[in-house]
Amino acid sequence: MRSDSQGDLRRTLSYFFLHCSLHGRYHELAPHLVPMDYTNDPDVKIPLALIVNMPELKENPFRNRIVESFSEDGQGNLSFNDFVDMFSVLSEMAPRELKAIFAFKIYVHSFRGYFNVDNYICNEDLEKTLNKLTKEELTPEEVNLVCEKAIEEADLDGDNKLSFADFENMISRAPDFLR
Amino acid sequence: MPRRKNDVAITMDDVGMEIDAEYDSGSDVDSKRRAKGRNKPKPAARGKKAKPADSVEESEEEEEEEAPRKRKGRKKKEESEEESEEEQRGRRKKAAGTKKKKAAAKDDSEEESEEEKGNKRRGGKKGANKKEKEEENNKEKKGNGKAAGKGGKDKQDDKKNKGKNSSSSSSDDNSEDESMSEGEMARLKEDVEEKKKLIATLRNKPWRMKRRLKCLKEAQAFVEKFEGALGKGKGRRLYAFKVMMTKVLMGMPYGSIARKTVPREEQDSAMDFSVLFEFGGYCKYSIMFYGYYNYQRSIGLLQFRLPLSYLLVGLGIFGYSLMVVIRTMARNANEGGDGAEDGAFTFCWKLFTSWDFLIGNPETADNKFASTTTSFKESIVDEQENLKDENIHLQRFLRVLANLLILCCLGGSGYLIYYVVKRSQEFAKKDRNELSWLQKNEVEIVMSLLGLVCPPLFEVIAELENYHPRIALKWQLGRIFALFLGNLYTFLFALFDEVNAKLENEKEIKNETIWALKEYYANYTLYHNVTENIPPPNISPADVIRGPCWETEVGIEFVKLTVSDIQVTYLTILIGDFLRAVIVRFLNYCWCWDLEAGFPSYAEFDISGNVLGLIFNQGMIWMGAFYAPGLVGVNVLRLLSSMYYQCWAVMACNVPHERVFKASRSNNFYMGLLLLVLFLSLMPVVYTIMTLPPSFDCGPFSGKDQMYDVIMETIEKDLPPFMADIFSYASNPGLIMPAVLLMVLAIYYLNAVSKAYQNANMDLKRKMQMQRDEEKNRRNNKDSTNQVMKDLEDLLPNKSLIPPPSAEETEKPADQLSKSPKVTGKPGAAATGKGVHVQKDVSLAAANPRAPVTRPPGPRPPGPLPGNARGPPPGQGMGRGRGGPPPRR
Repeated sequence: MRSDSQGDLRRTLSYFFLHCSLHGRYHELAPHLVPMDYTNDPDVKIPLALIVNMPELKENPFRNRIVESFSEDGQGNLSFNDFVDMFSVLSEMAPRELKAIFAFKIYVHSFRGYFNVDNYICNEDLEKTLNKLTKEELTPEEVNLVCEKAIEEADLDGDNKLSFADFENMISRAPDFLR
Repeated sequence: MPRRKNDVAITMDDVGMEIDAEYDSGSDVDSKRRAKGRNKPKPAARGKKAKPADSVEESEEEEEEEAPRKRKGRKKKEESEEESEEEQRGRRKKAAGTKKKKAAAKDDSEEESEEEKGNKRRGGKKGANKKEKEEENNKEKKGNGKAAGKGGKDKQDDKKNKGKNSSSSSSDDNSEDESMSEGEMARLKEDVEEKKKLIATLRNKPWRMKRRLKCLKEAQAFVEKFEGALGKGKGRRLYAFKVMMTKVLMGMPYGSIARKTVPREEQDSAMDFSVLFEFGGYCKYSIMFYGYYNYQRSIGLLQFRLPLSYLLVGLGIFGYSLMVVIRTMARNANEGGDGAEDGAFTFCWKLFTSWDFLIGNPETADNKFASTTTSFKESIVDEQENLKDENIHLQRFLRVLANLLILCCLGGSGYLIYYVVKRSQEFAKKDRNELSWLQKNEVEIVMSLLGLVCPPLFEVIAELENYHPRIALKWQLGRIFALFLGNLYTFLFALFDEVNAKLENEKEIKNETIWALKEYYANYTLYHNVTENIPPPNISPADVIRGPCWETEVGIEFVKLTVSDIQVTYLTILIGDFLRAVIVRFLNYCWCWDLEAGFPSYAEFDISGNVLGLIFNQGMIWMGAFYAPGLVGVNVLRLLSSMYYQCWAVMACNVPHERVFKASRSNNFYMGLLLLVLFLSLMPVVYTIMTLPPSFDCGPFSGKDQMYDVIMETIEKDLPPFMADIFSYASNPGLIMPAVLLMVLAIYYLNAVSKAYQNANMDLKRKMQMQRDEEKNRRNNKDSTNQVMKDLEDLLPNKSLIPPPSAEETEKPADQLSKSPKVTGKPGAAATGKGVHVQKDVSLAAANPRAPVTRPPGPRPPGPLPGNARGPPPGQGMGRGRGGPPPRR
């Protein structure tokens, strides 16, 4: 009993502190834009260029896509809520399904809307992903081959592109995904 | 039963006293401080050394609780003691140093003996120390100034202590070390809490930094000291362990009997570094090696059977290791099978999950990019692997040639080692002072050099073979494995020769000893005219004649081998990696070509080679641990240090391996090697245990014909008679043979079952694949995927509008061949690697070119079927289950 309530308290506290520190980080990114006082819920957004320079994202080849896919306007401008959202999804405590959804969003380069089932990963998306991942060191033939093999492997319904269902099916079996 | 327990407790206490006395004898403790130290933070000078004493007390206190009987008996005494503490102290001082068996007084006597020693030793130093002490007290006062209640009391105590120089102090101080009553404990706890609070709030106090620091240090010391005492401290366990090690398990200490003593003629040089470095001298007669252990059947009050447990542990290690390795392998095999079929999503996984989102370091990121690229290339090479169509005869010839060369290498290295070991045995007979360093260490040097030179040589030879990199890697690992094993076994065989020679030698010495003993008895009878109760000859253990003790020799060889392996590994890293990296990095500024990208470049970190090294190291430990139990400790140290060392080397001076071909996806390849090594290192050890007679004057099995006689003896003497019967039945060949037969049959049956499951699995996979393809085709066009049905459809007159598939077939291969004909050839192979060959049928079906579906599936427009009518879209030529028939090769 006691330990339970303690655990609750600890969790609440840790959440609280996380929130505080996140706001600190957020503020740090653009001290001139972000007020420390959030009582009136001001409408502040930080542009992509600033966010991408965070140490967590700096080396990530998908950093632009990540930020874009978390921003409400799709342009990469993050409000504080978006920012918290991004951290919560990227944290290790986030459930697998959520991660799969956002991973899908990240890999679909021409993503429209928040999330809807009409989106597909098509060949160009794969090519872009691959080029980001290998710093364009593969020859065009190799890129083509890889993309086609990838679609061939994961495409269950045979429409030559990856729907979210295909993607989830594939990624849920991946040994490196969230383990 | 309680009686026994009491006994144990008492002896333990005695031991505790001894240890304690030894422990504190070196520290400068004067009695005053000792008395005060009970509830004061200890001055730094005492620091660590005082701790064992405290923990001992603590444990004794707990022991008291455990043995209430004992306590009851002495409770009264204690009370009276507390009252007349001061008088008792004076009295006891005289008796100090002597062991009192009376449990009631043990705490005091222990303390007293320490004090005595401290006093004796210090003498002149005392004055200085007093001063120091007073300073301490002053500090204390300041520090405790603001602490309420107890703090004030402490101060008082301090004053008292300062005033009186004798060991007498206030009774409440002593009551704490006699036996902490409930109240005392509570008070102490409160105290500790208070100090903690102080530490926490120190920052808020409006003091100068100096004062704060002082106060903080004192409070911390206090908390550190008493928190351990209050909790279920580690100290007690440590103490129990110490007692176990000294009294209960080890038997007699060093120097008590011949096997635990350095012989007289070696004693002069026994502490020389060069001797110790080769594990001679004191090392040889220490607990590190087999010879040290005594054959006494049971030791101490717990009746610990050292010989029996020595054998059982020696064999148990093998059993346990086998179990662990096999369990791990089984788990790996399960993991491989549980998810999707291995390799179904190779490219997808590489595409979507290869980036590690935790990477924040630019250099790491670069490495990751490189490794991802290589892994993609690896997969692409895998895909194109079958395309190679070269001169098969030349290939075969080259492969045979390469294997021949490598066999020559292996044989040569084996012979070299055998020759060197033989030579070293020649050298061993000579005086060791005449030998040069090279001659003494020839075996180790040659083995290490072979280990260094041969693997790169194999790699060069393997170039001839032109295998796919993954297969080549496996060959390479297998060859290195063979090399190491061969070397190890040659070494072993040469060692066996030596052992046999030693056994001969030993027989002579044994006869001589028996002869000498008989003579002595005869003389004794002659002089003293008694035939019975003759005391054994009074010879110092250093002068006893002793045999060669081949077990210890074998142990020494293994330890030397391990140590030289460590040295070579470390030196290789230092020179081959570090020095090279330094040169490449700094000479690059003034060199004609680019050193970093060009010829020497940085060293690569060879994962598979390192894993193999670990495996061999483990094999060596398995082999040597029976004859040199200390080897395990050496190995633990080695592994710990080499982890940090290699970690540093990898981060500082290595670049990732260019080929990241892993030997296998699961770890079972290496685990298999480990299992093989385990088995191979188990064999010689078990062989020696079972066949060779143990030395007559050293080791836990001396005096027995065979080592396993210990087990027989235990069965006969310690177990009830019916157990002996059971064992005798169980060891009957008539029973063992059927058991083995049963096991073989069980293995056969289980194997068959697993095969059947595997087949069923493959079947299901195939069905799934077919269904998938069918589904795909049905979506894209209404065509059947079945060739026969297709042909039938073609024959039907009303389908004549459809363009014949041949038109497409002619146009497609050209498109595809430019990229990768193989993909078209075996569409299914890409997914499963092994290839589900049913797809061949499927791919024979008519081409079903797919274009991105741009509209939802709905009623089909009139006219010809969409799929065929559209023709192959550009760049989409290679879908599964589609495309023309495979190019006939």
